[in-house]
Amino acid sequence: MSVRGPSLTERGPGLEERGPGPVPVTLSVNGAERELEIEPRVSLLDALREHLDLTGPKKGCDQGACGACTVWVDGRRVLACLTLALSCEGREVTTIEGLAGPDGELHPMQRAFIAQDAFQCGYCTPGQIMSAVALTAEGHTRDDDEIKEWMSGNLCRCAAYPHIRAAVRAVRDGT
Amino acid sequence: MTTAIGQPLERVDGRAKVTGSARYSTEIPATGMAHACLVGAQVAAGRVTAVDASDAWEEPGVLAVLTHENLPRIAAQPPLVPSLFGGPAPGETFFPMQDDTVHYGGQAVALVVADTHERAQHAAALLRVEYEESEPLTTIEQGRDQAYEPEAIFGGFLPGHSARGDIEAGLEKADTVVECTYTFAANNHNPLETSGTTAMWDGDELLLHDATQGVNATQLTVAALLGIPLSKIRVLGHYVGGSFGCKAMIWHHPALAALAAREVGRPVKLALTRAQMFTSCGHREEQEQHITLGATDDGRLTALRHHKLSPTSHFDDWAEPSLNSAAQMYACPNYEGAYRLFRANTMTPTFMRGPGDSTGLFALECAMDELAERTGLDPIELRLRNFADSDPVSGNPWSSNGLKECYERGAARFGWYERDPEPRSRREGNWLIGTGMAAAGYPAPPPGTPQRARARIYADGSVVVQAATPEFGTGVATVMAQVAADALGVPVERCRFEKGDTDFPGIAAAVGSAGAGMISAAVHTAATALRDQLVREAVADSGSPLHGADPADVAVRDGVMTVSSPGAPSEAYADLLQRNHRPDAEASGTWNPPGLDTPYGMLTFGAQFAEVAVDPELGMVRVRRMTGAFAPGRVLNTRTVRSQLTGGMLWGLGQALLEANHMEPRTGRWAAGSLGDYLIAVNADAPDVEVELVEVEDRVVNPLGVKGVGEIGQVGANAAIANAVHHATGRRIRKMPITIEDIIG
Ligand code: FES
Ligand code: FES
Repeated sequence: MSVRGPSLTERGPGLEERGPGPVPVTLSVNGAERELEIEPRVSLLDALREHLDLTGPKKGCDQGACGACTVWVDGRRVLACLTLALSCEGREVTTIEGLAGPDGELHPMQRAFIAQDAFQCGYCTPGQIMSAVALTAEGHTRDDDEIKEWMSGNLCRCAAYPHIRAAVRAVRDGT
Repeated sequence: MTTAIGQPLERVDGRAKVTGSARYSTEIPATGMAHACLVGAQVAAGRVTAVDASDAWEEPGVLAVLTHENLPRIAAQPPLVPSLFGGPAPGETFFPMQDDTVHYGGQAVALVVADTHERAQHAAALLRVEYEESEPLTTIEQGRDQAYEPEAIFGGFLPGHSARGDIEAGLEKADTVVECTYTFAANNHNPLETSGTTAMWDGDELLLHDATQGVNATQLTVAALLGIPLSKIRVLGHYVGGSFGCKAMIWHHPALAALAAREVGRPVKLALTRAQMFTSCGHREEQEQHITLGATDDGRLTALRHHKLSPTSHFDDWAEPSLNSAAQMYACPNYEGAYRLFRANTMTPTFMRGPGDSTGLFALECAMDELAERTGLDPIELRLRNFADSDPVSGNPWSSNGLKECYERGAARFGWYERDPEPRSRREGNWLIGTGMAAAGYPAPPPGTPQRARARIYADGSVVVQAATPEFGTGVATVMAQVAADALGVPVERCRFEKGDTDFPGIAAAVGSAGAGMISAAVHTAATALRDQLVREAVADSGSPLHGADPADVAVRDGVMTVSSPGAPSEAYADLLQRNHRPDAEASGTWNPPGLDTPYGMLTFGAQFAEVAVDPELGMVRVRRMTGAFAPGRVLNTRTVRSQLTGGMLWGLGQALLEANHMEPRTGRWAAGSLGDYLIAVNADAPDVEVELVEVEDRVVNPLGVKGVGEIGQVGANAAIANAVHHATGRRIRKMPITIEDIIG
């Protein structure tokens, strides 16, 4: 006989019903508390882009297929287009705008992308960099094959792929 | 004197792109911004019989529902002329919602505007559109019998039929005839940024932020469609998230955004969804090409026949010009080329990277590979035997060539001659290994209008150069600063290129690899005019150390004018201006491009090499490495040029192995409508790529001899891969893309 765990669809005790109209939401983005009034159906991506004017995360598909919207929630990379903004309350959201130092000093990965010319139009670039920083921290950069696989969730239609790998290698090797 | 041109400078907009501060066209904030959502037809043929918007209006925040019943009529439909010619450039000569007819699936039948994105999207989903459906016709299989030979294609610029010599006599003379049919799936551009426009009215003045390859093209097209004076419309496009041709012509959404903004009295943002990118801004058409090559035993071509069949829209005779470079590549005296079209339920197809030549040369270069096998010649040797010393179409000399050097240096870098020509001769475990090569060619066409720029130097010695062109990944802001620096004789760090604004001097749409050549020509002309003006002022100025010198004896370096005479009197531009209490000086430059009748063959050449590994049991093809050698004239910045060529070659890989859309014949709608269905190369597909640059001097195409790199990297890469697949497996797969089924089947 199997033991039944709590139903995944059952509403947890503390969760009150909100919406469908706009509701007040507090998001912590790049270290700052931001208050906004949004409908519960608003994605994290649209909350950032349309309500907080953080347009670094890009909308390439709005379908979870391209990675252009990649941001970090509590340090983990997520597709902001498939994440509801409301579900990020009480969590720390980091976008490309939060990557550089407070004095504007670029993150080593940002510098490497420029040095390796790892982009052309730049539209995929914020998502590429958010992924690249995270997978480097996780150690998925042992060789090019591993970098290739782990970076394949971020499409680049300009096909800067070899240069993106070079940027990741440069940060890995500290060169 | 050249110091900045050619340097591998880092992109000046790199910081904006890696920090997310670069703003694209639908990221412009405005008070009261409303959001528009397009609704596309659910059927591919028929008419709209009813639109019930009652549920949509129930959604809070809805501001407008526009359909054929209430959308204002357009003032005029301009003809379809490629945007390189500098005039209005609609993607098709059809504007939606002017009547109830549905010509193709996804055709815009409604536009819903609301105060938020979610509300617009939801209201659009609640709209009930009813149709009377008729049977669609979309595929070559369905339309083959209705094909006709058009008088002209491509906005009337290219003949439907062309010939030289006597094709039948040429085939008679042949010892060997290779005859092949190649089929091509339709392709969709899918830049990572979808097309989109933000429209704002201020009284009767319109401001558009548009994702476009030419802000002037958007301005001219929207002005014509809406019937408003050009002086009342300004278009901005600072950053564009890639285009590859789908933003080369001006589709409906910029005008629709403007109409919607006028309707609701607020700024309106209209961003196409990813799904709408398959139905709203053109595509590379499905096609079939038939090639017949006749050759003597020693491999000399006696005849080339090249026919193409493809669907076009109800409105325009459009085929991508696949018979262009293919007719010019080889010294073949007898030639016949013909386009055949049939009318289908499709929007008008459009330019897509390597337009025409990436398919036309796929067919020719694969057929040449078959001929090499038949004649027992090395593929490069066969091509050298048919090398064209002059343009075989016009008989004119080439403006520049470099093809032989491309073969030589590409082959050396790739290690071409290490191959055993025998197919299936190399195996590594389960993998069959093969190598292939192909020649590449792409026209270096002049734009149709004069190109302009403006150069200004301030009294502190810093320089601003302006031209209307947008930045969509080419690195234009970086390389044009380099061009201006050398013409003026100032350090490149002192130069800034401002762009993407119709308030700046006009530039035709940067399409067809023509951008770098024509914009550099305008910038060079303007900066040279400013230099000459300042030198003239200095020699005429009694307070200047240069007073009385001959302007021809003055050289400028690091912003200092110096006379080449004893004592070398000199003065900095900045000192000249400051002494005369002038805050700045400015000059405009206009470059008049050579005409289409210029007596030169103008083509960019290259050679492509690829190594593939094929698992015949799993049907997998992996491209292990690619080498391309190209002769694109003057290279303005080796770093950005290499990046663009690399991207092009990997596009060739995608075209060869991944990219396909097919019409579902019963519904007449695309099978793929997302980036999950329409496969493009991902990082794991992309091998390292070697780019070899062969510089050739070209004194014809434009002042700096720049032939462009946007397309040439892609052309021929697909054929090199297909030829490598044959070398690996011994099988000829005469279609694009080559899929698992083809390998297993
Ligand atoms: S926009 Fe989120 S994955 Fe494409
Ligand atoms: S840089 Fe253009 S999509 Fe990656």
